[in-house]
Amino acid sequence: MSEATSSPLISLDRVGKTYASGIMALGGVSAEIAQGSFVSLVGPSGCGKSTLLRILAGLISADSGAVAWPATGARPAELGFVFQEATLMPWASVFDNVWLPLKLKGRSREQAHERVMSALSRVSLADFADAFPRELSGGMRMRVSIARALVTEPPLLLMDEPFAALDEFTRETLDDDLLALWHAQAWTVVFVTHSIYEAVYLSQRVLVMGARPGRIVADVKIDAPAERGRDFRESHLYIDQCAAISAKLREAS
Amino acid sequence: MTDSRFQTRFWRIALPLLVGVAVLLVWQGAVTAFDVPSFVLPAPTLIAESLVANFGSLMGSLVVTLRVTIAAFLLASIGGVALAILFVQNRAVETALFPYAIILQVTPVVAIAPLILIWVGFDQVELALLILAWIVAFFPVLSNSVLGLRSVDHNLADLFRLYGASRLQTLIELQLPAALPYILAGMKISGGLALIGAVVAEFVAGSGASTGLAWRIVEAGNRLDIPKMFAALFLLSLLGIAIFFLLSLVEYLLLRRWHESVIRREG
Repeated sequence: MSEATSSPLISLDRVGKTYASGIMALGGVSAEIAQGSFVSLVGPSGCGKSTLLRILAGLISADSGAVAWPATGARPAELGFVFQEATLMPWASVFDNVWLPLKLKGRSREQAHERVMSALSRVSLADFADAFPRELSGGMRMRVSIARALVTEPPLLLMDEPFAALDEFTRETLDDDLLALWHAQAWTVVFVTHSIYEAVYLSQRVLVMGARPGRIVADVKIDAPAERGRDFRESHLYIDQCAAISAKLREAS
Repeated sequence: MTDSRFQTRFWRIALPLLVGVAVLLVWQGAVTAFDVPSFVLPAPTLIAESLVANFGSLMGSLVVTLRVTIAAFLLASIGGVALAILFVQNRAVETALFPYAIILQVTPVVAIAPLILIWVGFDQVELALLILAWIVAFFPVLSNSVLGLRSVDHNLADLFRLYGASRLQTLIELQLPAALPYILAGMKISGGLALIGAVVAEFVAGSGASTGLAWRIVEAGNRLDIPKMFAALFLLSLLGIAIFFLLSLVEYLLLRRWHESVIRREG
């Protein structure tokens, strides 16, 4: 994936957000995110990374600055959002949970069937379509959540610390699955995490954020082989870049 | 494992039954041994005899009480959920009306029964009973439904907004299912209260205008027919238990696949 020379998908211009409580969550964040790129936001808690993601999703609005979408002209109508928790409807089967985004757009079960099943097989859960969320492990629930985000084929996927609540093994597996999906799909991923290791492993670019007020303190391009895997995770290249970002985070605080 | 599960289930039914049988035996024994007069405490066999002897009239009364109870319960459930939906959709409506719902709840039904009776008219006692039972049964459904509709997971609510769900879609696909356990809990309380409301209202209405089980108790009491009082009381308890079990069954059937409250953990 070469850095796009065309106009970026997202352009942030001094975006600021102050909550009613008087806490300044974001103090003028400017950045550009290229189409088809995988960008992570890393920072300590309270640095406004989740706030920024919610602004990108349109769930809340910024009170200063501007969010522009140069490549598409407007926020993509379809976007996927994955929360820290799987956020599934406990009363609905796996199939029905994944069907939800299409159902809300008026697609019947039959019309949606093929897309729901293809989304489920992409996260290797086709056999669990009739199971209920409580019958699944934490990692499987998160896969369902990802399948739900995939089902509308969104050009943009926003992820808010999606794997933070999972154990290390599940997390590494899901990291690899996510990378494979990103390679297969032509989408842009904005990934919020507080794990430097995860950010470096996954991303092409890491935006390091500092707190009070939330701001971007460093913009780091990650140097990695085309195929990331265990070798990369254990390489000096990987560890050095983690150390560099860790140093930047310390400087900021 | 299935064996032990069957055993647990067996004992869950058998144990309370055994206690009941033991109490009846002691009761019967004590009444016979101490020669207690039947107008103080009738023996269980005498109550059973009275139940058989008055079966026709008692069953007729049971139907009347049951009819009022079921109608009040259904109206309370529908009204409670409907008003809760209105409250959750519009804060102003809630602010304006909720205090009155509370007033309706805290006013003793016995105190307003005479008024309702006069308003409705003594020629329509059953309607008055229905209104009174409804007033008693209505509030638990309302307050539980409001709580349930508000207890929607915030992230799920955000997700619905993200996918452009309409208010109606959010209500049907998200708020109502999320509120279902709360609504059912409220209905379980209401089912019992509807019966209590119907009985209390009937006591107040009195004077033979109504012919429900409560009236049979008053009537039998006036004639010092204590065995018949007990027989009517027995039928009332049976009715209450039946309502409770029926609603518990509905709750179990609706929630068994997903809600923690009805899922039995293995091991």
